[in-house]
Amino acid sequence: MSQPLLSVKNLSVSFTDEARTTAAVKGISFDLEAGKTLALVGESGSGKSVSALSILKLLPYPQASHPSGQIIFNGEDILAADEKRLRQIRGGRIGMIFQEPMTSLNPLHNIERQISEVLELHQALKSNRIQARILELLDMVGIPNPAERLKAYPHELSGGQRQRVMIAMALAAEPDILIADEPTTALDVTIQAQILELLQQLQKKLGMAILLITHDLGIVREVADSVCVMHQGELVESGTCEAILQSPRHSYTQELINATPSGEAVPIPDTDEPLVCAKNLRVWFPIKRGVMQKTVDYIKAVDGIDFELLKGRTLGIVGESGSGKTTLGLAIARLINSEGEIIFGQQPIDSLNQKNMRPLRRDIQMVFQDPYGSLSPRMSIRQIIDEGLEIHSQKNARQRNQQIEKTLQEVGLNPNICDRYPHEFSGGQRQRIAIARALVLQPKLIILDEPTSALDRSVQRQIVNLLRDLQQKYQIGYLFISHDLSVVRALSHHIIVMKDGKVVEQNDTRNIFTTPQNPYTQALIKAAY
Amino acid sequence: MFAFKTNPINQRRIANFRKNRRGIWSLRIFLLLFIGCLFAEWIANDKPILVSYDDHWMVPVLVEYPESAFGGEFETEADYRDPYVVELIEEKGWMLWPPIRYSYDTINYNLDKPAPSPPSSANLLGTDDQARDVLARVIYGFRISVLFALILSILSSIIGIAVGAIQGFYGGKIDLIGQRVIEVWGGLPVLYLLIILSSFVQPSFWWLLGVMLLFNWMTLVDLVRAEFLRGRNLEYVRAARALGLSNPRIMYRHILPNAMVSTLTFMPFILTGAITTLTALDFLGFGLPVGSPSLGELVAQGKANLQAPWLGISAFVVLALMLTLLIFIGEAARDAFDPRK
Repeated sequence: MSQPLLSVKNLSVSFTDEARTTAAVKGISFDLEAGKTLALVGESGSGKSVSALSILKLLPYPQASHPSGQIIFNGEDILAADEKRLRQIRGGRIGMIFQEPMTSLNPLHNIERQISEVLELHQALKSNRIQARILELLDMVGIPNPAERLKAYPHELSGGQRQRVMIAMALAAEPDILIADEPTTALDVTIQAQILELLQQLQKKLGMAILLITHDLGIVREVADSVCVMHQGELVESGTCEAILQSPRHSYTQELINATPSGEAVPIPDTDEPLVCAKNLRVWFPIKRGVMQKTVDYIKAVDGIDFELLKGRTLGIVGESGSGKTTLGLAIARLINSEGEIIFGQQPIDSLNQKNMRPLRRDIQMVFQDPYGSLSPRMSIRQIIDEGLEIHSQKNARQRNQQIEKTLQEVGLNPNICDRYPHEFSGGQRQRIAIARALVLQPKLIILDEPTSALDRSVQRQIVNLLRDLQQKYQIGYLFISHDLSVVRALSHHIIVMKDGKVVEQNDTRNIFTTPQNPYTQALIKAAY
Repeated sequence: MFAFKTNPINQRRIANFRKNRRGIWSLRIFLLLFIGCLFAEWIANDKPILVSYDDHWMVPVLVEYPESAFGGEFETEADYRDPYVVELIEEKGWMLWPPIRYSYDTINYNLDKPAPSPPSSANLLGTDDQARDVLARVIYGFRISVLFALILSILSSIIGIAVGAIQGFYGGKIDLIGQRVIEVWGGLPVLYLLIILSSFVQPSFWWLLGVMLLFNWMTLVDLVRAEFLRGRNLEYVRAARALGLSNPRIMYRHILPNAMVSTLTFMPFILTGAITTLTALDFLGFGLPVGSPSLGELVAQGKANLQAPWLGISAFVVLALMLTLLIFIGEAARDAFDPRK
């Protein structure tokens, strides 16, 4: 066997706080061969990103330290290299692309300047050759009409295009290794597929090695040659892609592979009582121009949507980012203004003002996407859950307390956490708290806006199971908004596929997945499975 | 602020503040000086703290006693510095004096040099040009400056936060109109207004406070407004709205705590600003009424009597000390509230 291109030996990473030292990575070893793809898989907090960042020594030193280990790249120990040598390696021999393409590009530099910076640093090209090289790179990563896009700023590009620019930057110096840290997580599924395909093409063409960091086993299956599974800073299993995915030995790997939410929606209850019904619902944001702020046009976020949700059932709303699905949810909850009829139970609610809406709020609750943002960091769990009860229920503090504790048990949390604060909990626990906050009011409808997308796969599965149990027990109607088809499939009775504010297709869950009619729906399903 | 004790974020902030040694010592020294000065009457006064006369206890600091109570002739308040009164009292008892036997307005008639007289054992920092003890005036002046600044800062913060909160939370037209009104109001020349007003009103402590308040509340508006503009779009604020909370409640419980961080960080600097303003007005002669113990007036005297450097030096040292302590406290508070720590 030849010498591997990159060899990580017994690498450890520790972070030193004032008080204590936390070991983030505990003695991992792996090899990366030239021209191959190695996937580093694990859930958030498993230390996979930290391991990758230490290859370029990009961690916040001196808080971070390496108690042990060697990183050998082309026969040279990177950990022992000085800053000058490191700068030559970074972006030169080893390129990196990050998860969030919006924040990894400088918003004040246009595309040409972003890429030319790399070329000037590492390739010492003459200025007249730089532009030609940039065009070549942009063409290679599949940006249409690269000559016209040279002067574009990051905000003028879509998420997928930004990630392509990031890749072009990383490839500019023709690196031997490309480190891709969750390169597709922030992108829509159809674009994810394109970016992965691009990476594979480029790898073949340029013969570089890719170190792919991801939590998504679907991606691993498609692109990786070998896999390392990380769990709590340790390497629990490694091997070729087929071997790991076909016959995982370690229990954690098995758990990961089985983590995809599965199963079907709860059996349809035998009532046909309508819960919420929307007719020709529109949310148009005016675009105002000029001194007089005249409305010249509208952004049609939601443009004429009809649906009906019956009691105790789930309506899944699927679409990519910008399709208007979150706006639709906010409109139904009457948190933003909309036009068109919304009937809740028997009562039209679209004409109610905020004050008259208030008594109805206890029946319509929301759970938001980001469990870190939706809980006030200054309030204890008890205060957070009690807040709605205090307004809507006539009970005294002791009775409310009992109800809070009962609800916490129902969402699978220990009631004695009441006096702790949100930052002490993990994402999944926080999302349970957010569900408890909604559930404690005994609502008839819960609008779930991407409640699982910020969570790890295995936690997603638990939350989906929890939501199903609660639905069966209390006959709550769910409006489930998500871009993730596997989660939607596991929970919904009926699905609406949205694109650009309009309904593309709506049908029963089974029909959507077995016989999708619209090409867009077909593309979504193809990209997801 | 019931959550201040239990909230772990605040615990961490207090720990951060304590770790800043310069800040915590500044705070301790400042509190010591300030609390000491609150009892200025017990430290520097022309009346004794305690008199034992004819087996009666008397507290002249708190109660006015006529001279006749000690066997004198006049029905007016006793002048305890008068050798005749001293003799009367010592005959049948004794007096306990404060450490400095002058109040801010006591004129020392027993100077051996013409006023302003240099520091001596009787007047540790000398006297000013009206033969009043500089140390006593500095102590009272410190108190009045800090109290003025404190009341002004608190009142203007309350107004500023309320206005900023309403503008930021509701946004749109309310914000637009509010901002324009503030721009016009902030453009008024405060100093000229004070000069004009002081020509037909005799300025007093509260009058001055009121006028300063009219123009001082705008400092915090922009800060709080920005916090509320950001805060109203936070997801947990949206979640609170989905729960059916009323607007004032959302503002008070969910957004205000965020805005309080920047406000508290700013407070020491508002405080120093208010002290400087008051001193400047006193220096120019448009400040507190004539005869009040004010640091600005002492600075003015120092300027008028360059041959008596103890006037200017005393005023400078006190002002510099006070402002430096407050700035150090402010810095420590700002660092303690810094979320990146």
